[in-house]
This record gives sequence, C-alpha cells and structure tokens, in this order.
Amino acid sequence: MELNFDDVTRYGALLIEGSIFTVVVCVAAGLVGLCLAILFAEGQRRAARALRILIRAYVEFIRNTPFIVQLFFIFFGLPSAGVKIDANTAAFLALTLNVSAYFTEIVRGALETTPKGQYEAGAALGLRPRQVFFHVVLRPALAKVWPALVSQFTLVFLGSAAMSQISAEDLTFAGQFIQSRTFRAFEVYIVVTLIYAGLALAIRSLLLLSGGRLFPWLRGAR
Amino acid sequence: MRQFTDWQITTLLLDAAVWTVVLSLIAFVGGALLGLVVTVMRVSGKKPLERLSAGFIAAVQSIPLLMLIFLCFFGPAVVGVEISPWVAAATALILFAAAFLAEIWRSSIQAVPRGQWEAGKALGLRFLQVFRDIVAPQALRLAVPPTVGFSVQVVKGTALTSIIGFVELTKAGTMLNNVTFRPFFVFAVVALVYFALCYPLSYASRLLERRLASR
Repeated sequence: MELNFDDVTRYGALLIEGSIFTVVVCVAAGLVGLCLAILFAEGQRRAARALRILIRAYVEFIRNTPFIVQLFFIFFGLPSAGVKIDANTAAFLALTLNVSAYFTEIVRGALETTPKGQYEAGAALGLRPRQVFFHVVLRPALAKVWPALVSQFTLVFLGSAAMSQISAEDLTFAGQFIQSRTFRAFEVYIVVTLIYAGLALAIRSLLLLSGGRLFPWLRGAR
Repeated sequence: MRQFTDWQITTLLLDAAVWTVVLSLIAFVGGALLGLVVTVMRVSGKKPLERLSAGFIAAVQSIPLLMLIFLCFFGPAVVGVEISPWVAAATALILFAAAFLAEIWRSSIQAVPRGQWEAGKALGLRFLQVFRDIVAPQALRLAVPPTVGFSVQVVKGTALTSIIGFVELTKAGTMLNNVTFRPFFVFAVVALVYFALCYPLSYASRLLERRLASR
C-alpha cells in the first residue's frame, strides 16, 4: 500500500475553487430557502385550503424523494420543456427547493407552538399585524428552532455533494476531475472528505454562534 | 434512440426498484446490528469504548454520504483488493445507518432515568443484563418513531450508489433517459417510486410519534 498526495496537492487551486462554489451555493440556497420556508409555513396556516394542500404536497414530495433525483428532474427536465438552464443554476435551484421543504417543516412547527397570547400582546402594543408577525412571532419562533435549522442546513450542505453529478462545479466535481487526471482516487477523496468535514464543522459553529447575534436575548440562556 | 412505451419504461424502473429495496433492507438491517454494538459501547461507561464509538458517529455524520461511498469503493483498491459496486454500496450504507441509528438510540437510552441503571446494579445485575432487561425495553418505546423516520434517509441514500455504477432505481432512470430522451417522464416515475417507498415510512413515523406524545 502506497499513498501519494503529491498529485492531489498540485491541483490545490481547483479544490479551493470547488470549496468556494459549494459554500456559496449552499449558503445562497439556505437563505432563499429560509425565506421560502417562512412563506410556505405561514401559507400552510393561513392560505386557502387548496393552496395549503399544495404546499403540504410539495413539502412531502421533496422530503420523500432523493436529492439527486430532484437534481436530474430539474437539470434534464427543464431543457426538454424549453427552459435553458446551466448545471450551476440547476444545482442552486434544486438545492433551494430541497432546503425550503425541510425548513418549512421546522418553521411551521415553531409557528404552531407560538402561544396565541403572543399575537394578542403584540396587537395590544398597537403594532400592525405585519409588525406583530415579524417582530413578535417570527423572530422568537426562529430563535427557538435555530439549532434545528442549523443541523438541517449541515445535512443539506453534506448532501450537496450530489450536485457534482450534473457537473455543477462544486468540491466533489473538482475531486472527480483531479481523479480523472491523476488516477489517485483514494487520496483525492480522502482530501475532499476532510475538506467537507472541516467546512461542515466551521459552518455549523459559525451559524450557532451567529444565532446569539441574531437573537441576543438567547445569550446566556443556554 | 430507441422507442419505449410508457408502460415499458415504468416496468423497467420497477424492476430496478427491487434493487433499491434490497439494498435498503441490507443497509438498514446491517446498520441496525452494527449500530446496536456502537450504541452499547457508547453507553458502556468505559472511557475508551465510549470515545471510539463517539468518534465513529461524529466522523460518519460530518462527511457526505457520497464520500463514504467513494472511499468504500476506491479504498480497497489501494491495498490491491478489487471490490464490486454492490459490496462498496452496501458497506458504505451500513456504516452510514449504523452511525445515525447509534446516535438516535443513544439519545433514547439517555432519556431513560439514571435511577433505572442504578436500581438494576443494586439488584446485582451485570451491565449487559441491566441494559437488555431494564433499560433497552424502556428506551425502545422512545426510539421507534425516529428509527422508522431514519429508514427514509436510508432509502434515499441508496440513490447515491448509482454514482459508482450500482444499477438501482436512479441508475436505471439515467440509463433510460439516455436512450429515450424523455427526462420529465422518466424522472417523474423514478421520483414517484421513491415517494411510494418513503412516504408510508414517514407517515408511520409521524403517527407513532403522535401516539407516543399522547400517552
């Protein structure tokens, strides 16, 4: 047995580019996904019945099918319907839809357990319904489920490796490219795996830490 | 380009789905057995065993499943062992399931009051006896809903084994798409089959959880 990492380190720049792409696309998908999730979660509580059922079906369908199939459906399916889409955009789109469904479940749970008195207290302070929702209901609700959102995001981040399969230029894609040039499959994937683990740890800690900034009243409570 | 009827495509995909089911079952059963060992080590109270199992769980949970599959597939080649996609896929998924199940079961066990362990020990029972006869039955009740819920992740995880060339539902989908050029239809059927496999499990998990909560 002989491991040789020289070939891998020669392609270090590619791995860095791939890592940046993975992080950027995941964070962007996470942000857009969270906005969608808030919309869907609130929609599921208040919208017309037909729309509620539609959101429910969307969430269940995404959660009960593999991410890679969603990727293929979007990347191969949309062009056949006349919509031109490149691999990177398709990956971002699929990732956003995927994360939005998981986040919807989490946010909905948080909104559902918000006591009615909280809405009433907001109204009693003379706040308009929108202000009540954003400041009195949503923010504490997100604070409550922040750790769950962070865990889910970490899972989605690790799952994002599948986007290499539609040739989106992520970290795994970089790994596969280097492997095809050097035939050092094991060494390449060991390095890529370690980068993923490091990034996941960093993102997780950073997000948990930023929870304290976003929701300052939680500081010291935990 | 070959012509396939909708029905032919669907039956071909259903044939391939059998392998998705077989691989899921192997991964889940194998993962449960290994996961049980890891769980027992994790709560054994012996520091080296606890560290080893905690390290295993943390390692698997912090890397992409796809990388685990790649490492299981390409790793043995380094020491000169050829391994089939089938064995690599099963090995990776078993490790994956074992780590997540062990973590689920550890938290269920820790939810059982400490006094139960102490009472068992006071009766002169040994560690494995206390675990098997006193703690595990109580923890089991808590563990069932999330365990069933996790099985969905196993089924979905098998889709990634298509990447190393194991022919299951997703691989059959990409192959059929390549010859028919009908991505919408093919991947819609693929997705529906996964949904048909996973949704009952998700639903059962939620039902069990609600039943547990209402007790």
